[in-house]
Order: sequence, then structure tokens, then C-alpha cells
Amino acid sequence: MALKEQQLVDKDYKYGFRDTTESYSFKSRKGIDHEIVEQISQMKNEQQWMRDFRHRALDIFLAKPMPAWAKNPVLEAINFDDIYYYMRAADREGKTWEEVPEEIKRTFDRLGIPEAERKFLGGVTAQYDSEVVYHSIRKDLEAKGVLFSDMDAGLREHEDIVREHFATVIPPADNKFSALNSAVWSGGSFIWVPPGVRVDIPLQAYFRINAENMGQFERTLIIAEPGSFVHYIEGCTAPTYSSNSLHSAVVELIAKEGAHIRYTTIQNWYKNIYNLVTKRAVAHKNAHVEWVDGNIGSRLTMKYPSVYLVGEGARGEVLSIAYASEGQHQDAGAKMVHAAPNTTSIITSKSVSKGGGRTSYRGLVKVYEGCDGVRSNVRCDALLMDEASRSDTYPTMEVDAKDVRVEHEATVSKVGEEQLFYVMSRGLTEVEATTMIVNGFFEPFVKELPMEYAVELNRLIALEMEGSVG
Amino acid sequence: MADTILEVRDLHVTVGDNEIIRGIDLSIDRGTVHALMGPNGSGKSTLSLVLMGHPKYKVTQGDILFHGKSILELPPNERSLAGMFLAFQYPSAVPGVSVANFMRNTLMARHKGAAPLTPAKFKGLLDGAVSKLKMEPNVLGRYVNDGFSGGEKKRLEMLQMMVLQPALAILDETDSGLDIDALRIIAEGINAARSPEHTILLITHYQRILNYVTPDVVNVLIKGKIVKRGGPELAHELEARGYDPLIKELAVV
Repeated sequence: MALKEQQLVDKDYKYGFRDTTESYSFKSRKGIDHEIVEQISQMKNEQQWMRDFRHRALDIFLAKPMPAWAKNPVLEAINFDDIYYYMRAADREGKTWEEVPEEIKRTFDRLGIPEAERKFLGGVTAQYDSEVVYHSIRKDLEAKGVLFSDMDAGLREHEDIVREHFATVIPPADNKFSALNSAVWSGGSFIWVPPGVRVDIPLQAYFRINAENMGQFERTLIIAEPGSFVHYIEGCTAPTYSSNSLHSAVVELIAKEGAHIRYTTIQNWYKNIYNLVTKRAVAHKNAHVEWVDGNIGSRLTMKYPSVYLVGEGARGEVLSIAYASEGQHQDAGAKMVHAAPNTTSIITSKSVSKGGGRTSYRGLVKVYEGCDGVRSNVRCDALLMDEASRSDTYPTMEVDAKDVRVEHEATVSKVGEEQLFYVMSRGLTEVEATTMIVNGFFEPFVKELPMEYAVELNRLIALEMEGSVG
Repeated sequence: MADTILEVRDLHVTVGDNEIIRGIDLSIDRGTVHALMGPNGSGKSTLSLVLMGHPKYKVTQGDILFHGKSILELPPNERSLAGMFLAFQYPSAVPGVSVANFMRNTLMARHKGAAPLTPAKFKGLLDGAVSKLKMEPNVLGRYVNDGFSGGEKKRLEMLQMMVLQPALAILDETDSGLDIDALRIIAEGINAARSPEHTILLITHYQRILNYVTPDVVNVLIKGKIVKRGGPELAHELEARGYDPLIKELAVV
């Protein structure tokens, strides 16, 4: 069984190389307790308030049960004592590309990061295990006063901004995994955009997990001051390992009056990764928040990007895709909480299940009393590639206001014999035809991506389809 | 015989437990236009789908030869690359895939290992077909058959035929549900394709399109068998008298 899984993985996973990096300068022992948390905070030389915050969060984590609603045996199987919670690959962060260790550069080379940078990166934050090893900010961003760094540096250098906003959107007690992240977080991105500033180039970061049983707990905080705009992109890949790894990030977005934040994710974790992420945004008056969220890999993903619409006229959008093949479960969705009048939200969720894979849409639209003029539209489309695959929808609507328009539409379809025959009759092989149909299904998502991500995603789908047929 | 492009020998086809094609023999010469006429439920559409290799239908007896070689074992895509084309009666939608992208992929499938068309030539080819078929230029950016009207779907089938230039085109009820102007445009498309390099099997219920496209041979299919074969005059006879006299005649036999 284990052997079979390994073979499957080696064949299918194109980023499945394994680095020889063993020069981890610090590696905590396995398991989690106050001693480990203290060690992490000391290593980072953190302020007392953050140290206290971590310890409080750990108590919450230890006390909280697993989310009961999930009822997921895969989730219950996580052994928290068998995970490393902190590791640092480089002794210090590289200020320039030249300073980044060669071994790490080779890993990034294979992921194409330097190439991407040459093209159009505004700034790169590449996270290698827990610590950010390379980080550059373009001069014009600096000139505009935009702050973009890893979270640890953000805390050191801009403590006042961080302290004012950190964990205000997602408190440690929100859920078991946000508590865990709060206790052991390391890395992630910190972005602050001054009032009225538009960041025209997407800011990007790459994450990967590279140590067996390595938990990765990055923490991202984006603050868009009134009237500003920023687009942040994260793309994830992870190398091949046979035992389970845990990825549990917390991402907080704050869009102040009239600000606009777009957050794009392409997640292609290796198929043994638990990807349990809490993502939430607060949208103030007339602010606009978009989550563009693609989940391709991992063993189990549980992720429900949320927008709390707290100011009149705020807009929230979630556009997500999920792809699950053999042994994978993508439990994804979105939450829109309308806490002010005349707020609008759109949720578009598209999922493909293949080879026994499972996708679930889990969503919430909540409208508080007195929030008249709310409009919300939810659309979930699921595509099943075969009989063995599964898709479920768990939508929840809680509407306590009167003058609202909330719509929900869900479809489940199969790749039809007729559709496949039609495309094949024009000269495409079964794999090519299936790839075309699935890519078409994902098109509304793909067209929102920057070009190279769109190309990569189409290629990933093609690779996945090749593995499936015949 | 070297000029026979398609030969159907004693073909029997079932779907589930039903035998729908019950022994068809058909020989089509290169460069000709064959009409296949018949009432509803006679097996016309089944024959067209079987020729193209639809997996739902099972050939239980007989053979299909294209350019003298049996194609029974070939999947639909290989039949397409060999030069066959089916204009569907009910074309499927492919949401999210633009007509231009779809056509690029179909052409790429034909250029494996060879130099593909330049973007300019590709655009010229599509634009030419769009204009000949009097379609809206924005059709190239629309998703394949997604939200298309009946007439738009039929024209898109014709557009694909014009771009792919198949040696044998099977047109399954391409004329049905069209108004007279659309019918004329489709017929012009067929006539334009008519040449020694292009053979056409025109499947139709009505004689109407045969006013614009004169067939070399007319075959009449009833209850899974070809019961009569003749020249263009046979189509007119059927138009005047309907299929009933033929059906009655058969029942007597």
C-alpha cells in the first residue's frame, strides 16, 4: 500500500526531486510544547508581547478539539507529536541573490524562480522551509513607501504597524489550526500599502516544504490603507516525501476604506501534505477584496477564504478551483459575512474530481440584521471524470435582514461521452480531448491569472490527465 | 475500384439489445456526393456515428473500409486524422474553449512533427471561412457551441469542415432546422467543397437541400437497411410521394 503510493507519487509529481540539503542550522525536536515555542521566540529574538502571544496561542491549541463539523478521518490521523515545528535553512537572510546559498538556489532554479523574477517580479519572497532566504524589493516600490518583507522582518522593523493589526482578523482562538499557527508561526509575507498608492505589479512569493515531517506555518498580513491597491500572488510546490507534512498558514487581509486587495494562490502541494489554511479578509467601507484560489495538490486541503464586509458598499469575491485525483480530498469553499448594508459578494467555485478523488464545497453566506441592500451570488460547478470520484456541496445561508438578494446555484456534471466523442472526432486523442474539456471548465479561473501561471496551470492539468487515461 | 473511398460491407450495429443497422452495403466513389435519405428512426444518424467510431454503438457483423483499409479498430481521432469528418446533427458544447482555440488544437493534431501554420495564415484561414459562411466575426472568440442557436451550430460544423478539408465529409441532417437563407449558405459551403479531393455523404430526412446540392447517388435507408438506390430523380420522387409507399411495399415483401 505504502509502496504503491510512493510509486504513484514518483511517477506523477514533476517537482518530486529531493534536495540534499541537510545543513539546517537549527532544527527543533519533534512535537510541540511551551519549551519549543519559547525556543522559536528566542531564536527570533522577539518582543515580549509576541512571546506571550505564542504561549497563549499554544494553550488554546492544546485545549481545542479538532473541528467537529469536518468529520474527516484523514484530519484525525494527523500526529502532532511527529512533526518538526521550526527549522531554519540559512543562518541569515540573503539580502541579494548572490548571498543566497548555492544549494537553495539550485532548488529554486528547478522551480523557475529566477526566471520569473527576470520577467516582471516586483519583489520576491521565497520561503525555504521556515525562514525566508531571499527577498528583494524593487526600487519603485520603496519609493512609493510600500513595505514588503517577510513577516519576521516586518515584526522587527515595523512593530507598531504589525502590533496594531496582527491577529485582529484571525485571532488564535478562531480554530485549532489558527491557534497552532499563532504559536509556532515563522515566515510568510508582510505588506503595507500607504494611502492612495497603487501597486501595479503583482507581488509574489513562492513557498515550498522541504524537510520530512516539516510543518510549515507561515503567517501573512496585508494592510491596504484607504484608496490603495495591491495584488499578491503565492504559488506553492513541494518536493516528494513519503510521510505526512503539515502546512497550516494564516493569512489576514485588511482593506481599509476604498482599498482593493487581490490575493491569488496556486497551490500544488505534493500529495501527502495536509493543507489546512485560514484565510480571512476584512473589507471596510467601499473596499474590494478578491480571493483567487487554486488548489491542485495536497492530500487534504481545508480552506475557506472569507471576507467580512464590515463597511457599507464593500465587495467581496472568491473565485476558486479545486482538483482532486486518487487519494486527494479538496474541502474548499468560501465565506461571506455581510455585516453592513449594501454590501455585495460573489462566490464562484469550480471543482474537478478524478480517479476516486473527492471535492467538497463548503460555504457560508451570512447577512446580519439590518443589513439591507445586500446582494450575494454563489455558484458551484463540479465536474466528475469517472464513477469512482465524488463531489459534495455544503452551502449554508443565514439571512437575518429583509431587503436582500441571495442566489445560489450548483451544478454537477460528468465529462460526457458525447462531448468527448465530439472533440475526439476532430482529431484529438482521448487525453488531449479530456485536457481540453477540463481546461475549458477552469477557464473562468485561468483567465484571471497572470500569463505564466495560466500556462503552468494548463500544463499541470495536461500532466494530470495523462496520468489518468488508459 | 481504386477510386472507392468508403466501403461498407454487410454492416450490423447494435446499441444495447437493439439491432439498429441490419446489414448495410454501401460503396462511395471518390469525389462524388452521396445522399442518404430515410424517415425518422431508420438508422441514418446511427450510421453516421458508427462511421466516425462512436463508442456507444457496437458493430456485430460486417466491416467499414476507408481507402481500402478496415477502420473498425480505429478510435475517432485516428479516423479524423485519416481524413474523415462528421458534421453532427447535435454538436456538443465545449464551455471555456473558444472556437479559435478549438480549431488551433484540431489543426495542431494534424501537424504533429510538421511545421504548424503561422498565426497569420491560421487567422486568414478562419476569417475566410467565417466570411464565406456569413457568420459574426466574434464567433471565433465564443466558446464552442456554448449558447449557440441551432443555425449557429450548423454553421460552425461547416466552418470546421472548411478548415479541416476532409477527404470524406459526412453531414448528418446539417439542413434540418435551418431557414432558407441559412440553408442556401450551407449548400454553398457544400458545393464549394465539392471536388475530386472531397467526397460527401449527405444524410437528410428531406429533399429540400437537394434542390441546392445535386447528388450523384441517392440511397434510401429504412429500418436499418438500404432499400433503394438511384439518381437525383429518386429524391424528387420521395419528396412527391413520401416514404410511406416504400415502407408499405417493403412490408408486403
